[in-house]
Amino acid sequence: MSESPNGVPLLEVRHISKYFGGVIALRDISMQVHSGEVTCVLGDNGAGKSTLIKILSGVHPQDEGELLVDGKPVQFSGPREARAAGISVVFQDLATVPLMSVWRNFFLGSEPTIGVGPARRLNSGFAKRVMREEMRKMGIDVRDPNQTVGTLSGGERQAVAIARAVYFGAKVLILDEPTSALGVKQSGIVLKYVVQARERGLGVIFITHNPHHAYPVGDRFVLLNRGRLMGSYSKAETTLDELTKMMAGGEELERLSKELEKMATNSEMKQVARELANEVGAPPTTGGEPR
Amino acid sequence: MSVATTQPVPAPGQAGPGDERMARISPLVRLLQRPELGALLGAIVVYVLFATVDATPGHKFSSLAGMQNWTDASSSFGIMAVAVALLMIGGEFDLSAGVMTGTTGLLLGMLVTRYNLNVWLAIFLTFVFAAGVGAVNGYVVIRTKLPSFIITLATFFVLRGVNVGVTLLLTNTVRFDISDQAAGFDTARKIFGSTVLAPYNFQDAVLWWIAITAVATWVLTQTTFGNWIYAVGGDANAARAVGVPVSRTKVILFMYTAMSAALVGIMVALRYRGIQTGQGVGEEFFYIIAAVVGGCLLTGGYGSAIGASIGAFIIGVAEIGIIFAGWDSNWKYTFLGVILFLAVGVNTLVRRRAASARR
Repeated sequence: MSESPNGVPLLEVRHISKYFGGVIALRDISMQVHSGEVTCVLGDNGAGKSTLIKILSGVHPQDEGELLVDGKPVQFSGPREARAAGISVVFQDLATVPLMSVWRNFFLGSEPTIGVGPARRLNSGFAKRVMREEMRKMGIDVRDPNQTVGTLSGGERQAVAIARAVYFGAKVLILDEPTSALGVKQSGIVLKYVVQARERGLGVIFITHNPHHAYPVGDRFVLLNRGRLMGSYSKAETTLDELTKMMAGGEELERLSKELEKMATNSEMKQVARELANEVGAPPTTGGEPR
Repeated sequence: MSVATTQPVPAPGQAGPGDERMARISPLVRLLQRPELGALLGAIVVYVLFATVDATPGHKFSSLAGMQNWTDASSSFGIMAVAVALLMIGGEFDLSAGVMTGTTGLLLGMLVTRYNLNVWLAIFLTFVFAAGVGAVNGYVVIRTKLPSFIITLATFFVLRGVNVGVTLLLTNTVRFDISDQAAGFDTARKIFGSTVLAPYNFQDAVLWWIAITAVATWVLTQTTFGNWIYAVGGDANAARAVGVPVSRTKVILFMYTAMSAALVGIMVALRYRGIQTGQGVGEEFFYIIAAVVGGCLLTGGYGSAIGASIGAFIIGVAEIGIIFAGWDSNWKYTFLGVILFLAVGVNTLVRRRAASARR
């Protein structure tokens, strides 16, 4: 995709830091999210991904740095304000209520009603029509609006949550590990929706620890490690291999491979350790047999 | 096809291939998915069973006189079962619901006999008190994040002790009598504790039961609040994430349950011109049985008000049917235990089949 039309990022993070007591959760993080682009935030467990999401979605205020929406500095006092500013988070496990129908889920919390006073009731006809329309835009034909979300596949469930966020005015869509609990095929389906959201001009922040999911759909890659920015690359500047290496944290993986090799009691384990060392491009280690 | 016509027809522009696929879901499967279906089948079987074993001369059970009896028994269970069902769909229990009928009835008696209040004012205060107890139940459940099972069990025991203790203290007996002479008694009794349809004398409570079931069904299926009830019981975190006021929804449900108990307590106290301290103790389980037999999931998020009413119908029919059959009335517990077991089994089976049929 091309750069956003006017060059002003939908969402910009400038030198943000966050401390929890003595713990540095994030230090000096900067990134930009443009319209029609997928910005992948990659990092292993504890890298600070969830803290970043919580700052972007208004759950926590940052301790240092600035948040800019459409070039204007903002300070969210809660998730509601962030949502009003067009920033929506789709949490992987909190997306939908399985026992409720698709249309009820779609409008949950923002139900359309008709009638006044005691006759005020859900406008289910409108809700079903809009839901099917919005789902069709994502390439899903909902057979029956009364179908419960629990009978949908994992990927389709994410699609309901994404379509809902888009319908309710999201400009920046934050997807929190949308593929982590899914199988290969379902992950592929979700990636398709990520691309679809991008093509509709949204700024997508795709949080993941899997570079194999991030690389095919991402336009920019932001790598976090232990709360710090490890690197920020456009797709042209990096390759999947490089991403994978950086993601795993080169030195740590190298140390791990050495430890594994020391502990190895059979040739298979040694082989694994060697492959791990290969992955990070580390030189052959001492203590093991020569390569 | 027939199914397509029962659906709100989408605007012509929207009619895509989806409509054709919708028709694949047969009407039978659609029916099987109703939470109350198992209960309805069970209700028919139970009714036919007791109509058959009826030992009274002239088979009174299936007559209007018999109907007067079982609707009377069903109605107070039904009013409570609907409330307990909504609460259960919302993901919570109220074990104090049974004893609350006693507490509120006794409170009404105390206000009328000890403080000489007008009966209508006393009724108003009783409802306010019940709403307060319900709110406390809900608030404590929300704040402590403990299971409502435990919190309301505590409320149950507290109230059970208070019921007897306070009544003994004030009257030296275990009941409050309400005199006919109390101001407002006649009009209040007409609404809460009298009969309708003169020769057959159906209880007022039956009308309340039907009205409450209808309103609860409307709220549950047609309103925003109903949507929230399903959501907070189905997945409270997901509901919260999209802005549903989870705590408020649950507290309101606890208040509604306690106020339903007050309605039943007031009805009993006015109808019998007094109330015993033991009123309602142990009945909380009947309400839960009715709700579960009616298709509510114990884990929340699924069920219906009509189902709970059908569950209450089964309990009422069994209670009266056993008497009409000339059996010892204690067999009703055994009978209801078996019914509960079967209903849960059938409901689970039906739901599983319905769920798999649509894939």
